[in-house]
Amino acid sequence: MHIPDGYLSPSTCAACYALAAGGWYAALKRIRRVLFTRAIPLISVFAAFCFVLMMFNLPLPGGTTGHAVGVTAATIVLGPWGAILATSIALALQALFFGDGGITTLGANCFNMAIVGAFVAYAAYRLLSTASELNSRRRVIAAAIAGYLSINASAFIAAVEFGIQPMLFHDASGTPLYAPYPLHIAIPAMMIGHLTLAGFAEAFIAGGMVSYLQKVNPGLLQGLAGLQQEKIESRVPANAGIRNLWLAVALLMMITPLGILAVGTAWGEWSPVDFSSLQARAQIASASHGQAPPDAVPSGLQKLSSFWTAPFPAYAPAFVRSPHLGYLLSAMFGVGLFGALSFIASVIAKKRNRRELDL
Amino acid sequence: MSRHFFIESTIRAFARALSRALASEQLVTHRGVLQAFDPRVRVAGVFSLVVASTVSRRLWVIAFLLVAAVLLALSSGIRLQTLITRVWLIVLGFTGVIALPAILITPGITVVSFGGLAVTEQGLRAAALLILRVETAVTLTTTLVLCTRWTHILKSLRTVRVPTEVVTMLAMTHRYIFLFIETANQMFESRQSRMIGALSGSEQRRVASRTAGVLLSKSIDLSEEVYLAMQSRGFRGDMQLITEFRMQALDYAGLAGFLALACAAAWMGR
Repeated sequence: MHIPDGYLSPSTCAACYALAAGGWYAALKRIRRVLFTRAIPLISVFAAFCFVLMMFNLPLPGGTTGHAVGVTAATIVLGPWGAILATSIALALQALFFGDGGITTLGANCFNMAIVGAFVAYAAYRLLSTASELNSRRRVIAAAIAGYLSINASAFIAAVEFGIQPMLFHDASGTPLYAPYPLHIAIPAMMIGHLTLAGFAEAFIAGGMVSYLQKVNPGLLQGLAGLQQEKIESRVPANAGIRNLWLAVALLMMITPLGILAVGTAWGEWSPVDFSSLQARAQIASASHGQAPPDAVPSGLQKLSSFWTAPFPAYAPAFVRSPHLGYLLSAMFGVGLFGALSFIASVIAKKRNRRELDL
Repeated sequence: MSRHFFIESTIRAFARALSRALASEQLVTHRGVLQAFDPRVRVAGVFSLVVASTVSRRLWVIAFLLVAAVLLALSSGIRLQTLITRVWLIVLGFTGVIALPAILITPGITVVSFGGLAVTEQGLRAAALLILRVETAVTLTTTLVLCTRWTHILKSLRTVRVPTEVVTMLAMTHRYIFLFIETANQMFESRQSRMIGALSGSEQRRVASRTAGVLLSKSIDLSEEVYLAMQSRGFRGDMQLITEFRMQALDYAGLAGFLALACAAAWMGR
């Protein structure tokens, strides 16, 4: 699952770095708040543990071996934010030190395994072990299931990253420029191995470790994942969530021009003009498993298409020449519109609340 | 497959990691081309060439970058045999297996067909692009890692504003990896020395998860000790890295050379 350099396009790598950077920033901030000066030695030593754990050749049923990532164990003991940092550092060292995973794809690897992996493991473990005793068998099973789900979720995201490459990045002759397999091949190819083998490696390690810690060091399981999160939540200022939300929205707005990279036409989003263009007809046929579109524009589509004219057709206002700027302006307009509507709704709701209180 | 395979193969993996680290220590002191530059120039130069090989869409440009990477490696004291065994064959074994089916399943102009299968021009190009790109990137990063002290690579990261905490964590992690490899190795070796029979699959998994559990407990204890040691030395959360790097005229020339090569490759390969 460690994606090497060259498999993903530069824009995919940049988008994954941006997503991972958001996770790293949030994790670093929260860990600092909870662990203060203790964070650095704890995360460092734990990252070293994850690194060594990834070197264990774990025997799996069927006579083969697999590697655990260690993200589930890290999540159970450190909580998701600590696990994000520890696993990311272990992955960075693997990429730089062993060439396991690339430098340009480090953001994607960290996003897939450290961020998605930690949150899936955390959600599954919390959900399945809620209100159970520290030494209960349920916790062992919860850890194993969390490990299995976490690795498979990471593999699925990696498969999607692989699968979108030939769709978005190919030359004029149709040669895929990066990972060559489309989604319908990349997803099964990746998932079969992880659902049947690699997922079990993480499940055995996570379940086995929880079982071992229950016997020798149950303190490590004592609410570390859950309680840390609660402590964090109680320390977060009330407006921090809104501020982070706005930052995320701003980031998403900035990356909207990525839509320009998408080639062809989205299935089912055709306009009457597409039916008379040879190029568009070929794209419709290829997106519809070779099924050729009708020769004439369907009458219903023709009639309804002129019913409403969008102010920003195809995310490009008529007065803007640059498509990048058009996407950005459309995003700003959309966010602004929703912001204004939310503001009006909140003003109405406040007035209504005040009236009810007066009554 | 031996029934002790799991313990033996894990011990072998540990030994491989330690021998690689040792090889790297020997090469950093070699008077080679890459070693002549400031570590920041090496990191920026190699990174820019890796990005250029990723951005480039033309085979000949990526092939040219691979030749440049090999020349850089050889002139920095890395033996061709090391490149072949440690980089090319491993990459070919992994990426080659992944790229091979693309030759047959990528739609396009048929070059040759046999038994109902058609090798397409687009498939051949896609496979060649993937393999060449990965070979180039791994050759470059291996050259950097073998020819630069790890601590210097980390300090160079500060140049691109990686937070000091992250750099410190990376440095500490690197240090403790070897301690944990040694500890885990000793645990597996002691286990193996006490075994007179074969372990079943489930027993092997139990050994692995128990070893991981012991390692985890040791990690937590160690982090506590490290924290106390840091506190006793006056650590209050603020960190400063001592940077002894100083750019010379040769370093600026080297940086300009690397960046010019990367920009030219990205431009030609667009």
